[in-house]
Amino acid sequence: MAQVSLEGIRKVYPNGFQAVQTTSFTIQDGEFVVLVGPSGCGKSTLLRMIAGLEEITEGELKIGDRVVNDVDPADRDIAMVFQNYALYPHMTVRKNIGYGLKNRGTPASEIAAKVEDAARMLNLTEYLDRKPAQLSGGQRQRVAMGRAVVRDPALFLFDEPLSNLDAKLRNQMRIEIKALQRRLGTTAVYVTHDQVEAMTMADRIIVLNAGRIEQIGTPSEIYHNPASTFVASFMGAPPMNLIRAEVDQKQVKINGYDALMVASEAFSGPITMGIRPEDVELDAQGQVKFHVDILEELGAHRLLHGRIDDQPFSVMIGKEDTAHTGETRIKLKPEALRLFDKDTGLRL
Amino acid sequence: MKRAGFDNIWLPVALLLPQLMIIAIFFYWPAGWALQSSFYLQDPFGFGSTFVGGENYTSLVGNDQYKRVAGFTIIYSVLVTFFSLAIALLLAVKADKVIRGAKTYRTLLMWVYAIAPPVAGFMGILFFDQSTGPLTKFFQMFGWDFKLGVDYNATATAMVIVAVWKQIPVNFIFFLSGLQSIPRSVREATMIDNRSATGRFWQVTFPLLAPTAFFLLIINITYALFDTFGIIDALMKGEPGNNPMTLVYKVYLDGFRGNDLGGSSAQSVILMVLVLLLTVFQFRLVERRIHYT
Repeated sequence: MAQVSLEGIRKVYPNGFQAVQTTSFTIQDGEFVVLVGPSGCGKSTLLRMIAGLEEITEGELKIGDRVVNDVDPADRDIAMVFQNYALYPHMTVRKNIGYGLKNRGTPASEIAAKVEDAARMLNLTEYLDRKPAQLSGGQRQRVAMGRAVVRDPALFLFDEPLSNLDAKLRNQMRIEIKALQRRLGTTAVYVTHDQVEAMTMADRIIVLNAGRIEQIGTPSEIYHNPASTFVASFMGAPPMNLIRAEVDQKQVKINGYDALMVASEAFSGPITMGIRPEDVELDAQGQVKFHVDILEELGAHRLLHGRIDDQPFSVMIGKEDTAHTGETRIKLKPEALRLFDKDTGLRL
Repeated sequence: MKRAGFDNIWLPVALLLPQLMIIAIFFYWPAGWALQSSFYLQDPFGFGSTFVGGENYTSLVGNDQYKRVAGFTIIYSVLVTFFSLAIALLLAVKADKVIRGAKTYRTLLMWVYAIAPPVAGFMGILFFDQSTGPLTKFFQMFGWDFKLGVDYNATATAMVIVAVWKQIPVNFIFFLSGLQSIPRSVREATMIDNRSATGRFWQVTFPLLAPTAFFLLIINITYALFDTFGIIDALMKGEPGNNPMTLVYKVYLDGFRGNDLGGSSAQSVILMVLVLLLTVFQFRLVERRIHYT
């Protein structure tokens, strides 16, 4: 168990490509941190630097009280779960799980006991003598988990571990991984491009974009108070609506409509306004006209996709609410409006 | 799995025919003739032949020269197979780590492959030349008066070195592609699981390379036994005298230089049986222990 701290970490590849810009953050002991972002945002590079699989160009990485920049991956007291499981195909499940312990000189009897324990915890007992090729995707992922758990490391690293699984299994494994981490209390860093995984699993989310941290916060902070239009549109499905608006004498307006909200900021001029689809209501007396193009039935609720003037906009309504395509009016909850700089996309 | 079938029996036959004809003309037919003539004593000047039963075989059993050649063939094959596999594996492991200039490096290592065995043998002669050969001088530095074609051990050493040198590129390219087909994440997982690079190699990389290695083992034994003929012929400079030779070379020597076609045929039949046994042995015993993913 350990705290992990990154101090001015930066990664530049030999070809000059800067994968991670100067980055600093600290992960608390026992915390589950999710690095999320689109592909190529540097999240995997960051994780691989923590693992020691990628060299750190600049900065200082600490696991616990130890600077580990030049420490061999095997000596960092970490365990990693890979996207394609990375099991040893020629070894049985038992040997796969015990391999790391064996190389650390653990006595055979102790290895056997620990492997049995891990297998029981992950429901793998009956598969211990099988080879990975004889297992299903979910079982292989469990073996990879077992390999990580059995070593009782200071830090778990997950590199998109669920992206090769089908949707149903993914939901199940998500809960299992989270529960396991809670139970063991081991610090964990989890990389994913799936914002649902990030939201559901994380104690804290770090949103990355183009090698830079966009925002660090709890899932709720990230969801409700995105620091930029990037975060607003990346997190949440459907994403936050972002439309052109303007602030005039502290009044926020969408072209030609009444004031929606009083802006506290001393600012005037064009801005980007954001609102989550669930913070919009259909209301015949609403001040904004909304044209519905498509009705998306999701069971628990429905999504209306359409336009405000020429700008794309989505509204989420409950399953009891009636709706139809065509013209309607909506009401935006004033307290749910978020204002962003029109050019930089940063929160105002 | 769905099996593809042919409606017409003649189409598959027609498709197989060229291959079957090649095998028949270049293997079964000569093999049949070899088998037949191994039971006859041929007149050296072509005036007919006498049936002698198994005499050509029995005379080989007590033949000291044949035993010596067989012994050398075994040692030679083991050495050539072992060193060409081991050196190629070492080079492949090193090449696999090279990122910059990898292509040039690989091409340089591959060049030797394009050299025909007799040419390789001829280059060996230059390298081991009595007065100017750089390798002769190298051995002389260690006090070994290297005499190619005169000294039995010297010739044998030269044969092994040239044969190994010639075979390394093929093995290298197979090992390298084998190494590169091991998923990166598996190697990374071992880096986290095991501190020792040697341990990682023998416990994970090598077992995953085993199918490639097994295939190359068969190829290399066959190469050492049969395909080194050109190298041996060139290095011997047509003077078998006291020089070492392999069983295949002896077949040629007895048959075409000694005009003993019957004895030569008997030897080649023995070789055929040997290859058959070797193949069965390899597939039965070795392949069972290999993991294919």
